[in-house]
Amino acid sequence: MSNSSFPRGAAIAGVYEHPSRFSPDKTEFQIMAESAKGALADAGLERSDVDGLFGASMTMGLMGIVDLAEYLDLYPDYLDGTNIGGSSFVAHVTHAAAAVHAGLCNVALVLYGSTAASNSMAIGTGGSGGSRNPDAAFSAPYGMTTVGSYASYANLHMATYGTTSEQLAEIAVTMRQHAALNPLAKMRTPITVDDVLGSRMISRPLHLLDCCIISDGGGAVVVTSLERARDLQKEPVQILGCGEAVQHQGVGYSDILSIAAKQSGAKAMQMAGVQHSDIDLAMIYDSFTITVLATLENLGFCPPGEGGNFVANGGISLQGSLPVNPDGGGLSSNHPGMRGIFLVIEAVKQLRNECDARQVAGAEVALAHGTGGTIGDKHSGATLILGVDR
Amino acid sequence: MNAIEHPIPYASWETRGFWEGAGRGELVLQRCSSCGLVQHRPRGLCAHCLDSADLEHFVASGAGSIYSFTVTEQNQAKGFAEACPYVMAFVTLDEGPRLLSVVVECEPDDVAIGSRVEVTYVKQDRDDRETFAIPVFRLS
Repeated sequence: MSNSSFPRGAAIAGVYEHPSRFSPDKTEFQIMAESAKGALADAGLERSDVDGLFGASMTMGLMGIVDLAEYLDLYPDYLDGTNIGGSSFVAHVTHAAAAVHAGLCNVALVLYGSTAASNSMAIGTGGSGGSRNPDAAFSAPYGMTTVGSYASYANLHMATYGTTSEQLAEIAVTMRQHAALNPLAKMRTPITVDDVLGSRMISRPLHLLDCCIISDGGGAVVVTSLERARDLQKEPVQILGCGEAVQHQGVGYSDILSIAAKQSGAKAMQMAGVQHSDIDLAMIYDSFTITVLATLENLGFCPPGEGGNFVANGGISLQGSLPVNPDGGGLSSNHPGMRGIFLVIEAVKQLRNECDARQVAGAEVALAHGTGGTIGDKHSGATLILGVDR
Repeated sequence: MNAIEHPIPYASWETRGFWEGAGRGELVLQRCSSCGLVQHRPRGLCAHCLDSADLEHFVASGAGSIYSFTVTEQNQAKGFAEACPYVMAFVTLDEGPRLLSVVVECEPDDVAIGSRVEVTYVKQDRDDRETFAIPVFRLS
């Protein structure tokens, strides 16, 4: 495949993770703007170079992307306010690569910002409030929380395959180990499997420490052509493959154990021409411990039902067979409502060998998979395969 | 542990067959007599034929089995916070499709995937003094 084809002709030229985990003095858009500055500086580009704007947030409404352009006083040639939940930013990178490939824009800025923590937002455990629309009429009366949907999946997985709470806890323990190596991570004190199992039950079988934290934060990613990225400040990270998918209740018969990652991951890997053994690290959306286990299985890193064994005994640690979320993930580093952008940012930093104590040695190919919405009910999935330029 | 105060569902013309059925104590589903699909949630047309011509309503048995569930220990939303722990479940109806509901009148520990359940109805008064019924399930 030539470097002018899709998606290899596109690259990530700059990234920035907002360092804040609690910003009661900032707005979402301010966090996005500060992140934009950081990512453009990382790439060695100017604000005036931006001609494509991509973004989503917890509160941006209809025409939110236009509001964001106004806040930034930008007049881009291409706008994309796709919101498919926390995976949106992984999808935005795909969409930006396609837009750059098609010549619709040259420098695309992907933005996220959130003040979920300082707003005391109940992301996982508020639910079924409003029912003033016909679709919600079939969920709102029944009190399905975000964590409850994932928990119902976890119960189904346990009943089907014998997965245990101890195996899920191993995921939280590994993420905390990684967070201890990340100076920006919010939760850095080591935890044990017993700590997870002993923490308060939120929605059976998921305990408090099976759930991601809630933080403020945001980030930015700059996508441009590989050709242009090669002339910029940092080594380009090439986009090798991409895929998107959904899973939902359909008309009431869908196989809920099979999540969107199965479809989007297979497509992305085929496009990239890589095997599982080629992937040096995976950035997996970890809203809950079960999210990681379900995603690893559906991406094909292990057979269905083998996820519990795969994650046990440090299997997804920096020393394991597949390092997952070296930054500590949403379980321990940050989770400002929608986490997809951090999957891309950390993957890029790892591929640029910038991660110090948490660096995956010799990382050349990374997979990032975002989940938006709720596994167990309905969700989106977006997968990216990223690689060093060669 | 109090009973859940279910938010009143908003029925549209697409879904009123279901909710009016609930008011009569009937679990009403949709079937397309053209392709045979039994679908839930209700729609204004058959999701596969994309046509409303042959869509019918029928009364289901109200029996099914637990597909997946959780015991919710924490939900900060009004009407649910005081009802924790409660059992939220997806129920596979004997007629085929799955629906979301809650399992009532049970010890949470007695609920398992595959447990047989049957529909019952919680009636609630609305602001306008009409009575609205919510289908829920109990172990059978």
